[in-house]
Amino acid sequence: MYEEIIRLVNVSKSFNEQQVLQDINLSISRNEFVTLLGPSGCGKTTTLRIIGGFEISDTGDVIFEGKKINNLPPYKRKLNTVFQRYALFTHMDVYENIAFGLKIKKMDSKDIDRKVKEVLKLVNLSGYETRDIDSLSGGQQQRIAIARALVNEPQVLLLDEPLGALDLKLRKDMQLELKKIQQSLGITFIYVTHDQEEALTMSDTIVVMNDGKIQQIGAPQDIYNEPVNAFVADFIGESNIIDGVMVKDYYVEFAEGGFECVDKGFQPNEKVDVVIRPEDIKLVPVDQGMIEGVVESVIFKGVHYEMLINARGLRWMVHSTMMEPVNTKVGMNVIPYDIHIMKKVIAE
Amino acid sequence: MKKHLLAYPYGLWIVIFTIIPLALIVFYSVFTTDAAGIHFTLEHFKRVFEPIYLSVFLRSMKIAAISTIVCLLLGYPMAMILAGKNLSKKSILVVLFVIPMWMNFLARTYAWMTLLEKNGLIAAALGFFGISVPSLLYTENAVILGMVYNFLPFMVLPIYSVLVKIDKAVLEAAEDLGAPPMTVFRRVIFPLSLPGVSSGVIMVFMPALTTFVISRLLGGAHFTLIGNLIEQQFLTTRDWGFGAALSVVLMLMIMFSMGIAMRYEKENEGGGLW
Repeated sequence: MYEEIIRLVNVSKSFNEQQVLQDINLSISRNEFVTLLGPSGCGKTTTLRIIGGFEISDTGDVIFEGKKINNLPPYKRKLNTVFQRYALFTHMDVYENIAFGLKIKKMDSKDIDRKVKEVLKLVNLSGYETRDIDSLSGGQQQRIAIARALVNEPQVLLLDEPLGALDLKLRKDMQLELKKIQQSLGITFIYVTHDQEEALTMSDTIVVMNDGKIQQIGAPQDIYNEPVNAFVADFIGESNIIDGVMVKDYYVEFAEGGFECVDKGFQPNEKVDVVIRPEDIKLVPVDQGMIEGVVESVIFKGVHYEMLINARGLRWMVHSTMMEPVNTKVGMNVIPYDIHIMKKVIAE
Repeated sequence: MKKHLLAYPYGLWIVIFTIIPLALIVFYSVFTTDAAGIHFTLEHFKRVFEPIYLSVFLRSMKIAAISTIVCLLLGYPMAMILAGKNLSKKSILVVLFVIPMWMNFLARTYAWMTLLEKNGLIAAALGFFGISVPSLLYTENAVILGMVYNFLPFMVLPIYSVLVKIDKAVLEAAEDLGAPPMTVFRRVIFPLSLPGVSSGVIMVFMPALTTFVISRLLGGAHFTLIGNLIEQQFLTTRDWGFGAALSVVLMLMIMFSMGIAMRYEKENEGGGLW
């Protein structure tokens, strides 16, 4: 069931004559976990701030439940935000922080008590009501920030790199916890991050952005397996990106050779980017390989080894659980399905 | 190398300029000399609590309090305006605000005398429009005006320095949670700025309570505040014992009021002036 809750229509924004967002069109449905993913300066945070009402777009519309909310101030919007550095009220204790929004709504104090208790339980911080904000660890402050937003039962929760300041282990735990909270409460999450792994782990839909433009919108699997251009391929996971020529349908030439592939619909002899994931290259004995190369370096990455292989004047990154020593001659094989052909992005 | 040797000049400074003068004041306040020599007395302190002098204390407190409140009411919005502007305009505003402070304090106050006097600029301007005013100079209001004018920067700067340190994201968070601008101010900005307010209040209240120049110049010869009273004892009537007792009481009052204000100041959160 797809029920739209937020839509951005042709949203553009510039700061000091520098365009940070260009024609953003995005539709977000109820209960969806959407991640805005991109490198810093790509416009993802600005997009979030426009949805939250902290920035006003220069052109275009923000539509919430069918109504234009372009100029509605943040305090009148039915959504809440978890800020990057938590932005907790240091002059209040945990209880007062969480109760802030409810008190403004003039809710009965008994209901406030009950709701604060509930939400503290949800973020695993029961009993912390009277603690000072300064006495909490980063992870705990983060949970309070989430609780403070969730207690208002928003229909949409905006999260601006909320896990950025936490260490790796804590971040992984919080990722799963956030996902669990989102599913159990049935709220729409709009999540901003530059961490592609985080995006892949948590999202229903990923919106990849670069230079103020949306590059690709899709489910994590689709984005990973079928990136639309070399930028997305490179940003989501590691990639070998090679110049190639699409000679005809299902046949591409690159790295001084011709290869079968599964793509079609390009101009004859169109110049393309060929993208091959490092884990899709299989290392085989030299005589069985499509391409022959020499191992240049090996790095142990935990689950796999990352090897750079010099072949036909190019450097190929290969991920494999089997290690080949430096200076070994190896053969490399790729099946046609794993050769991704992308239109060249024409530089503007 | 003994590091504590480096502290000796500082210790010497404290002894010469703080401890010895303080000890002398206390000494003069409780000892008196007569034919029999030097002996202990509480006479000076008894005189301090005579009604005529108590009324001077009360008037000084009242005027200092009014000046402080007016400074706060004017200074807080001013500090907010300064803290709100973008950087380039802000530094110009700060400079504009600080420039009068470079002028000599006496010169600034004399300037007000010529503005306020009977045929001064303000009376002339008002007269031009057919409004006649009673004497502006040598009134209580003139003294309060002089205090506000001279001490306003001491209110604005500590509040300003606290306001600019408030994380904008915290204000956005309050707005995000449903607080309209006035509520954001009342529930977040103002409470977070209290350390600056208390610094500012102390910085204005203390000189306002002790000044004798402003009250002399703008209040006239008969307008007596504690500062004037103490000055008289030392310079005119030469009753050093009584003057010292007045100073000790004044000091205790200031320590008491600072103690109250300090309760709002958490460590390292002050206006950067204490």
